Amino acid sequence: MIKIEAIVREDKLDEVIQALTDIEINGISVSQVMGHGVQKGYTELVRGQEVIVNLVPKIKFEIVVSSEEWEKKTIEAIQKSAYTGEVGDGKIFSYDLRSVLRIRTLDKDYDALN
Amino acid sequence: MNAGDTAFIIVCAAMVMIMTPGLGFFYGGLGRRKNVVNNMMASIGVMGLGIVLWFVLGYSVAFGGEGAWIGSFSFQHIFHSGIGMDDLSGTIPTNVFSSFQMMFALITPAIITGSIGGRMKYKSLFIFLGVWSIIVYYPLAHMVWGDGGFLGSVLGSLDFAGGNVVHISSGVSGLVLCLFLGKRRGYTQIDYRVHNIPFVMIGAALLWFGWFAFNAGSALAADGLAGNAFITTAIAPAAAMVSWMLIDVIKQGKPTLIGACTGLVAGLVGITPGAGFVPPYAALIIGLVVSPVCYFGIILVKKILKIDDALDAFGCHGIGGIFGGIMTGIFASAAIGGTDGLVYGNPGLVGTQILAILITIAYAAVGTAICYFITRAFGNIRVSEKEESIGLDLTQHGEHAYPSFNGLD
Repeated sequence: MIKIEAIVREDKLDEVIQALTDIEINGISVSQVMGHGVQKGYTELVRGQEVIVNLVPKIKFEIVVSSEEWEKKTIEAIQKSAYTGEVGDGKIFSYDLRSVLRIRTLDKDYDALN
Repeated sequence: MNAGDTAFIIVCAAMVMIMTPGLGFFYGGLGRRKNVVNNMMASIGVMGLGIVLWFVLGYSVAFGGEGAWIGSFSFQHIFHSGIGMDDLSGTIPTNVFSSFQMMFALITPAIITGSIGGRMKYKSLFIFLGVWSIIVYYPLAHMVWGDGGFLGSVLGSLDFAGGNVVHISSGVSGLVLCLFLGKRRGYTQIDYRVHNIPFVMIGAALLWFGWFAFNAGSALAADGLAGNAFITTAIAPAAAMVSWMLIDVIKQGKPTLIGACTGLVAGLVGITPGAGFVPPYAALIIGLVVSPVCYFGIILVKKILKIDDALDAFGCHGIGGIFGGIMTGIFASAAIGGTDGLVYGNPGLVGTQILAILITIAYAAVGTAICYFITRAFGNIRVSEKEESIGLDLTQHGEHAYPSFNGLD
């Protein structure tokens, strides 16, 4: 089992959800997060004063898939739907997962993912 | 007693009252999320403290008698004593006059709190504002509006609704106090973004609403002069809002809500000293010009002088008030308020206005320094670095404005 985490632009929320639905990913978690990358935020003008904004709001997706084939499909779908080509498009991380347990039925691992 | 005047001033007093909580919203929204309770408490706390102090000795010091500096040395009206229900001040009952003036004594210290946002102990702020009211505000109110007052009666300077008394005094005092306090932690490196812009708009709306009474009510009668003050109080902020929006568009391509709200407040400050002295066309000019003056004034204070005037109390009220006072000297018309200014052939008034402004600045600055040292006697006035990073809401009041980050409660 593989866990995929993707940090994307706020305005890409709907497009990424649609792309994941299209490839039939059924379970996702979405959260609002704050963060920064290499650029360390940006500056904003308030009353003519530059105000430093260190943390930029982003959307984080968390998805667990069963195989490397699904990992590839999912990452590709997110990459395509979240892409603009500008700085700040975000990142996608994936890693091996130790276990999954469905709370209601006590199903484990692969059984718990369906 | 005149029933019309009395009814008008009673309504005006209540309307001026709403400006102080309005200022709480204005400042609360402009500050950081973790300091919003403290910024609002600074304004609302003043209402409790200020009304009690006004009743105890404020009225007596400001309006209790004749003299160049203060109303009464003998404090004959302390605790409002000796004021009967039917006693009159002009055409209105003294209780009504005192109530109207009382509201001015609330908003003025509240304005100061904009300079020092995010770093002063609430206990010290409370003591400071009380001492400041007694040492700076009450005498200054007397010097401008009281019988025989030095700035008004002796010098002959014009200040209709409190350009000197309210705005210059609070702006300068805020600036001096924030010099004593020092900058906020990591100022210019850490995220000091405005945290709630809709609050800023609610505050600006309440301020404008109350300001109609602040200026028109300063005529102390329901007459044509009040009408002139009312219409100038509509024109100047509107023009200032438009010109601030224009600056925003030129500088950053988009008009901002913060800019529109700041502009209208700058316009209100700019017209305050002249509302009942200048004709309506002058309000248009004052409004259009006050925004660029304050905009570049804020840049001067923050970027060039590197003073952390947190929410621009000096930038808006100090600079706007000084500008408005000088403009009053230029555009005053005898047909409106009984005194001609520069454009009506009396250039001397500009000098008088500038002199009065300089005296106000000096008095407020020295007074604030004295108040600071008195307050220091009760302990350190700045919060610790740790308290500052936790936020003043939790460390000073034990309250969270927004209990969880994502609203899961």
